[in-house]
Amino acid sequence: MNHDTYPDDYIRAILRECRTIAMVGASANWNRPSYFAMKYLQEKGYRIIPVNPSAAGQEILGEKVYAALSEIPVKVDMVDCFRPAEAIPPIAAAAIAIGARVLWMQLGIRNDEAAAMAEAAGLKVVMNRCPKIEYGRLSGEIGWMGVNTRVISSKRLKKV
Amino acid sequence: MSAETPSDRYGFDTLAIHAGAAPDPTTGARSTPIYQTTSYVFENVDQAASLFNLQSFGNIYTRLTNPTTAVLEERVAALEGGTAALATASGHAAQLIAFHLLLSPGDEFIASNKLYGGSMTQFAHSFSKFGWIVRFVDPDDPENFRRALSPKTKAIFIESLANPGGVVSDIAAIAAIAHAADVPLIVDNTLASPYLCRPFDHGADLIVHSMTKFLGGHGNSVGGILVEGGRFDWAKVAGKYPTICEPTASYHGLRFYETFGTMAFAVAARAISLRDLGPALSPMNAFLILTGIETLSLRMDRHCANALTVARHLLSHDKVAWVNYAGLPDDRYHQLAARYLPRGAGAVFTFGVKGGFDAGVKLVEGVELFSHLANIGDTRSLIIHPASTTHRQLPPERREAAGAGPDVVRLSVGLESAPDLIADLDQALAGT
Ligand SMILES: Cc1ncc(COP(=O)(O)O)c(C=O)c1O
Repeated sequence: MNHDTYPDDYIRAILRECRTIAMVGASANWNRPSYFAMKYLQEKGYRIIPVNPSAAGQEILGEKVYAALSEIPVKVDMVDCFRPAEAIPPIAAAAIAIGARVLWMQLGIRNDEAAAMAEAAGLKVVMNRCPKIEYGRLSGEIGWMGVNTRVISSKRLKKV
Repeated sequence: MSAETPSDRYGFDTLAIHAGAAPDPTTGARSTPIYQTTSYVFENVDQAASLFNLQSFGNIYTRLTNPTTAVLEERVAALEGGTAALATASGHAAQLIAFHLLLSPGDEFIASNKLYGGSMTQFAHSFSKFGWIVRFVDPDDPENFRRALSPKTKAIFIESLANPGGVVSDIAAIAAIAHAADVPLIVDNTLASPYLCRPFDHGADLIVHSMTKFLGGHGNSVGGILVEGGRFDWAKVAGKYPTICEPTASYHGLRFYETFGTMAFAVAARAISLRDLGPALSPMNAFLILTGIETLSLRMDRHCANALTVARHLLSHDKVAWVNYAGLPDDRYHQLAARYLPRGAGAVFTFGVKGGFDAGVKLVEGVELFSHLANIGDTRSLIIHPASTTHRQLPPERREAAGAGPDVVRLSVGLESAPDLIADLDQALAGT
């Protein structure tokens, strides 16, 4: 996978296939980007499970916070990382161990070594993107903000 | 694998007609509806709060976003190959907003000294009231920009094709100097339009337009736009662009660059500068400009062809002393035009009428088809004698430096039949 640019179909397939997303580094602070993303993706029908050792046992947006990916009792489709690049390799290893299908790193975060490890184990990888922004872009919603969604369609109803 | 950008997948004309404009989801209307509304009903208190906090995407109030204007913004962002765009009430408003995000009082920027006169006045006189300091340099030698850099420089500003002198800037060379100093290059692409020149392909970081001109193209709406390229690293030098990178008090500590990445500049321009300074485009004007853009390439091809025909004719006219049009093979900017404007050198150029000031006045008063007015980029052909109008208040030596000497006449060649334009200029020149 070329990680500088992703085809829209690649991102679209990931957003369609995944329903349960573990968000590593999720914050209980409502003005952090992870909280924005969690709230938005919940509204779009995804289940988001927050992972953050310093908030373990608390709740964020109605979901219990776990200390580690390995403690999550349900099947996780995607692991979304709100953590600095150097913290990614052990998260990638844990994502492989719990059988996640996608490893996603947020805007500004890229770790090619972790990406290669996850891809070798059969996971799809996205780096330096935000699933909230990608969802908004591909559904046409973010066009309200003047964003170049790169989506052209003569159809009436839009979906990701 | 499908391509990353529609400009790889779709041609320019497809984007000019379709980008941003799916059928209206409620009514199925195929032409973009004019959402002539100031405000939008919230679903509930929670949804309202998440909109105000920028946690979800949606409309609140037309000063911030409007569905008609959003189509126009996405359209121009796509045509320029940018990540996002912000429409404004005028070209000047787009410039104001760009610098408002970049500069704090005491900061500097470097601008070409061959710009639309109104931009030079805005930069030198009105911006100084905000404590923003402009340094003008001659763009013909890109090294002049490097020499004018200081630790306080926050941006470089040029026009791709300058109004009125037909000056073409070496965008790539100037971009390289800007990037070596970790500052963005802003290009005013008004005279070229994205059909003739794509500044992001040559290293520009932000593009501004007066959509009043060729984008709208019909002389019926004033408007501007700011487009983000998405490649500039705003956080590279810590503390340099605080409005984009540091916590924003009016959004509860949100950091735009961290949250919005490659579209952070456009989102912050909307959420801070447009919100607080206020120059929003009206939905009606957005609609008229959108309609204009659908025929952009057809119009620009004809504008360029007519301009070249008229320029060639004037070059051989015995009452004309000189013609400055980069489309002419012997013009000093012809090489740069071939590189940056391969489809044509635009429709605006100047020429010198023999007989100086009085001959210039007689010419603009003698035309019957050309309209004597202070605008460019209309379907109609336009003419002005800067020394007696736009530059009249300047002392003669400043007029000369601004390219508005006594004999200078500026044309914006329209889409009429070229022989009629030539006949009109001939009859008016005969009376000088
Ligand atoms: C090159 C250029 N930039 C900016 C402007 C300012 O645009 P507006 O008149 O839409 O504010 C103009 C207007 O003449 C222009 O020609």
